[in-house]
Amino acid sequence: MAPVCISSAKPTHAPARPPPRRTDSWSRWLRHNFFQNAGSALMTALALWALFVTIPRLVRWAFVNAVWYTQNAADCHAAAGACWAIVPEKYRVMLFGTFPYEEHWRGVLVIVIVLGLSAISTIRRLWSYWLCVAWLVATAAVFALLLGGVFGLRPIGTHEWGGLPLTLVMFVGTVVGGIPAGILLALGRRSKMPAISALCVGFIEIVRGLPLVTVLFMASLMFPLFMPEGVTIDKFLRAQIAMTLFFAAYAAEVIRGGLQAIPRGQYEAADTVGLNYWQKMTRIILPQVMRIVLPSMMNEIIRAFKNTTFVGIIGLFDVLRATSTAIQDPVWVRYSIEAYLFIFILYFVLCFAMSKYSERVERDLAVGR
Amino acid sequence: MTDQSLAAPRRRPPPPRPPLSLSGAWNNVAVRGWVYQAAVVIGVLGTGAFLIGNAQDALSKQGISTGFGFLTQIGGFDIGEKLIAFGSNDTFLRAYAVAVLNTLKVAVASVVLSTVIGVLVGVGRLSSNLLIRRLASIYVEVFRNTPQLVQLIFWYTLITALPRPREAISVGGVAFLSNRGLLLPWIDTDASLLTIGLAFAAGCIGAWAVSRWADARRRASGVRHSIFGWQLALVAGAPLVASVITGASYSFSVPVLRGFNFRGGVALSPEFLALLLGLSLYIAAFIAEIVRSGIQSIGRGQIEAARTIGLGRFDTYRRVIFPQALRVMIPPAAGQYVSVVKNSSLGVAIGYPELFSVNNTIVTLSGHTVEAIAIMMSIYLAISFVIAALMNLYNHFVQIKDR
Repeated sequence: MAPVCISSAKPTHAPARPPPRRTDSWSRWLRHNFFQNAGSALMTALALWALFVTIPRLVRWAFVNAVWYTQNAADCHAAAGACWAIVPEKYRVMLFGTFPYEEHWRGVLVIVIVLGLSAISTIRRLWSYWLCVAWLVATAAVFALLLGGVFGLRPIGTHEWGGLPLTLVMFVGTVVGGIPAGILLALGRRSKMPAISALCVGFIEIVRGLPLVTVLFMASLMFPLFMPEGVTIDKFLRAQIAMTLFFAAYAAEVIRGGLQAIPRGQYEAADTVGLNYWQKMTRIILPQVMRIVLPSMMNEIIRAFKNTTFVGIIGLFDVLRATSTAIQDPVWVRYSIEAYLFIFILYFVLCFAMSKYSERVERDLAVGR
Repeated sequence: MTDQSLAAPRRRPPPPRPPLSLSGAWNNVAVRGWVYQAAVVIGVLGTGAFLIGNAQDALSKQGISTGFGFLTQIGGFDIGEKLIAFGSNDTFLRAYAVAVLNTLKVAVASVVLSTVIGVLVGVGRLSSNLLIRRLASIYVEVFRNTPQLVQLIFWYTLITALPRPREAISVGGVAFLSNRGLLLPWIDTDASLLTIGLAFAAGCIGAWAVSRWADARRRASGVRHSIFGWQLALVAGAPLVASVITGASYSFSVPVLRGFNFRGGVALSPEFLALLLGLSLYIAAFIAEIVRSGIQSIGRGQIEAARTIGLGRFDTYRRVIFPQALRVMIPPAAGQYVSVVKNSSLGVAIGYPELFSVNNTIVTLSGHTVEAIAIMMSIYLAISFVIAALMNLYNHFVQIKDR
């Protein structure tokens, strides 16, 4: 069969159009990103000028003229740049505070355990029942290492704890104790029983209306007053309880947001199949809530980590307070800016890692929704 | 189909009441709820009574009287920085007033500064300019991901490491930065603040009335009046006229180096300056994120529609983007402002005499720990709740009114 011509149009040869302009040339990229209009060009010029003024000076101070290592502060005095030598000179006091000097290896082990297990916990393939067991074992190991008195380790009182081990233990304790307490407070706030809901609302709103420093101050000054005679709770534990309750109030509000986001049908379906209150919450509602609130909860957790610096104000030797103490040495005191910059970078690395991880989890969890 | 099936169904009789029994009552949800609540309330009250009883025992053993009578006693201490007169023979009550004013002073300054920086950085993160975008996001990441207290102590260390007043860094010969703080030129006047304030308020009301009138004219006749000059004249002119009528004198005071320190101008102490920087640079990073997400929440269609009806870039921001973005931004921003007030208590770490650190002194000097802590906490709670209430009110006005 011969082909049938459907079109009645005459085939003509239109001239070929030129290909579209290349969009990936570097000059175009430059124009698009830096000189799109007059305002943009002006901003670029201003920013470049500011960078040219500050960056070379900063580099000269921090790198070119800096003293990296010396045991003699006079060498730093002679140099025009930063004196990073204060870090190798004082790092033991900065990182371990009042912890007994010859037992620092125990502090190192604590840091390795907590940071290592935290790093492992970020791998979602390993999220399982065993990870909880690992954390329980790690908690026991951390306390055995810090407190001593077992396996022939010398006992160390909590008043001697300090530095990064104290910061990390305080942080982990706050989060591990605060999330369950926050869940209970959030459930209590949404409870239909007026007395319970009023108590939870009162606690959450009062704690959220107060500065953390005042809560810590109250714990350190008023707690001992309210205890029966002969009962003493040591300073570390008092600060830990105050930090945990403070975190719990904020966590409760995050979880309440998640509880409100669960559709009513989920609650009703759970009631229909005859689950009681706790079955309904632990098996149907809370697993969905935790998934929803994970990003905002990570923000609260990062904030809790930054807030551990506040315990220095009531006299515990966390990293910041230990650093302030370390630079009291009159020979080195003029280089305190370098010491604080080191601490600044230490906190930044830890918090930045946490916030980047939280962004990744948020993206991953958004996939299936 | 019979008639009967179409008739209204007969109401079923209510289920018979269960016989009164202990186990029956336990299975009743309401009864059980009351039992639980009673148990919790009794537990909380009992613990509270036990703790307060312990405290009373301890205090009476130490021979400390309780009560708020100590507020009228003479404090016998001085406060370095104050907005109202205070000396060592003033009462504790007046010390609280000085402390609250110091807290409010640094908080108000920080709220203004953090909002300005936050809006600039937040808009900068959405800039079409890659360099500005990168710089803005570096700012946010660095200041958001480090503890506020570390930043605060860093700024304080930096300011105290500045050169002495003799070698102060001069800004155009009128402002000086040294380890004694920042000195700015100031207007010296003997005019009463009340008169000036009232005249300023009258000027603001006048400016508002002018804008209402211009708006009504534009709606009625379509004629646009340029009223900015009139408004400026009213706001700036009213206090000026008032001070001329009352015969006040003005002079411009520029700080001048005399001996080892500066005279004249107004001085911002190193503690105030460090706390101002520590509070506002940290909060500004959070405000920037709030501003960015607020602007991004505006649909592209809104912006395209604004361009279509011929609004310029500035008018698009002012008339279309910001009024809508504000609704999204207000609640989280209010939370940040409350946290500025609360975190001003960090001033204790660098010796700025705000409420928390003055309260520490009062606790030490008077021995009335419980009362002093109760007063301090009530003041912080009151400030937090007032800000939250104001923001809720404002939020109520800017929300979309539908139905």
